[in-house]
Amino acid sequence: MKKYISFFRMKLIAGLQYRVAAYAGMATQFMWGGMEILIYRCFYLENQNSFPMQMQALASYIWLQQGLFLLFSWFLETEIINSISDGNIAYELCRPCDIYGMWFSRTMAVRVSRVLLRCIPVFVFAVCLPAPYGLRLPPSFTAAGLFVISGILGFLNVIAFGMIIYISTFFTISAQGIRIFAMSVVELLGGSVIPIPFLPDGLRQVVELLPFASMQNAPFRIYGGDIAGIEAIQVILLQLFWLVVMVLIGKAWINKALKRVVVQGG
Amino acid sequence: MKLYLQYMKIQIQSIMEHKMSFFLTLIGQVILTVTAFLGIYFMFLRFHSVKGFTYQEVLLGYSVVLFSFSMSELFARGFDTFASMVSRGEFDRIMVRPRNEIFQVLASKMEFTRIGKLVQALFMLLYVILKSGIVWTPYKIYVLVSMAVGGTALFSGLFLIYAALCFFTIEGLEFMNIFTDGGRELGKYPLGIYGNAVLKFFTFCVPLAMIQYYPLLYLIGKESRKIVGLCPLAGILFLIPCYIIWKIGVKHYTSSGS
Repeated sequence: MKKYISFFRMKLIAGLQYRVAAYAGMATQFMWGGMEILIYRCFYLENQNSFPMQMQALASYIWLQQGLFLLFSWFLETEIINSISDGNIAYELCRPCDIYGMWFSRTMAVRVSRVLLRCIPVFVFAVCLPAPYGLRLPPSFTAAGLFVISGILGFLNVIAFGMIIYISTFFTISAQGIRIFAMSVVELLGGSVIPIPFLPDGLRQVVELLPFASMQNAPFRIYGGDIAGIEAIQVILLQLFWLVVMVLIGKAWINKALKRVVVQGG
Repeated sequence: MKLYLQYMKIQIQSIMEHKMSFFLTLIGQVILTVTAFLGIYFMFLRFHSVKGFTYQEVLLGYSVVLFSFSMSELFARGFDTFASMVSRGEFDRIMVRPRNEIFQVLASKMEFTRIGKLVQALFMLLYVILKSGIVWTPYKIYVLVSMAVGGTALFSGLFLIYAALCFFTIEGLEFMNIFTDGGRELGKYPLGIYGNAVLKFFTFCVPLAMIQYYPLLYLIGKESRKIVGLCPLAGILFLIPCYIIWKIGVKHYTSSGS
């Protein structure tokens, strides 16, 4: 366990170095959030009855999405992908620790370090915005507590799914196609293109059961009170279920991949 | 021009060395934009119209923006990756050659995987042209074409500014994405629906509304003055200040060495 924590720390400190990039990124995030709100406001003013969420819950959703963008959004660490395709993985395999756990903690650290710098100013800005368009505190203490639990589970789910994609690189060498494909699927079914409540009925119920809905959709909607009470508990259990399933798949698959790994010179 | 085609040929040859990867990326690009399109589709299943614009009208505006964006991405991609060129000192190599710098940067990188997006934008355009019930007079066809041309010029100009800023910062600036990617994002819907302030910004600062919103109003018959059809020219005029900024940047350039 200790060695995973030190991997985590190493990456965290390295990530905190790029401060200018972080400031530029923050400005971008403000603007993106603002644009999203603008778009949905138009639809809200158009027809409030067809709006499937409270405007306030949606605004919180969007600001959380922007602030925690790097925690939940879909991107892969090129370092890991490259290590597989250029053969550097050989060094990592020499280390006396489980490669799944190592990559897992490393990916977590990279994301957390980037988010730490960025999220606070975005949230401060969003809190200052006028009533239905800004970020507000969750409606109750239970919602806040459940948000934290669900947020952590969602974060782990994103990484567990990312691990499966990394491992697929073992089999294809150039994984760009799979990566872009996975990215578009996650974006659409995970609620980044439009939040899941905006999907048409029928499709929505199916999508809510998929692992992609267990990523950012669950915590952000719990935060705004869109999912509450017994329903929230169910959603969290579903998140837990998918996390276990994806970690098991990832571990089984990586063991299979490592048995036949051929390092190509270098 | 002949030289440009030569560059193009080399680029295509180098891509064809990795065919599989190229086609998968191409497909991936298409799927990525399909999701954006599905997003609009699902919104309209629920709301039917926004600020008096129907689904087809919105799609017409979006497909023009998407088309111009992917066109300029295809050809002006060299500027997008310009930051790495400056920081690695490769720009020195370009400066010493007896050709225009812009030309060389343009020719140094073309992103053919963007063809997927382009084709898709064309399909959307065709679909809208058939479905929208607009009566296509020659003048309206001219307006549509000039929207696409003006839009391509506009986005290319933005990429040019982005590259010019790299002379000062060495690093790429993420916030320029607000204007390029952000323009494409807001361009999904007619720019007028966001309210006056946003419309003014996109009329006078970054003239995106000139190539999307005003001519769109004319095409769908919400605006009858013919003069509106000339708005897209603003996209081409926009290149002039961009070029000036670029020139200042080149003058300011000091090599990063190595």
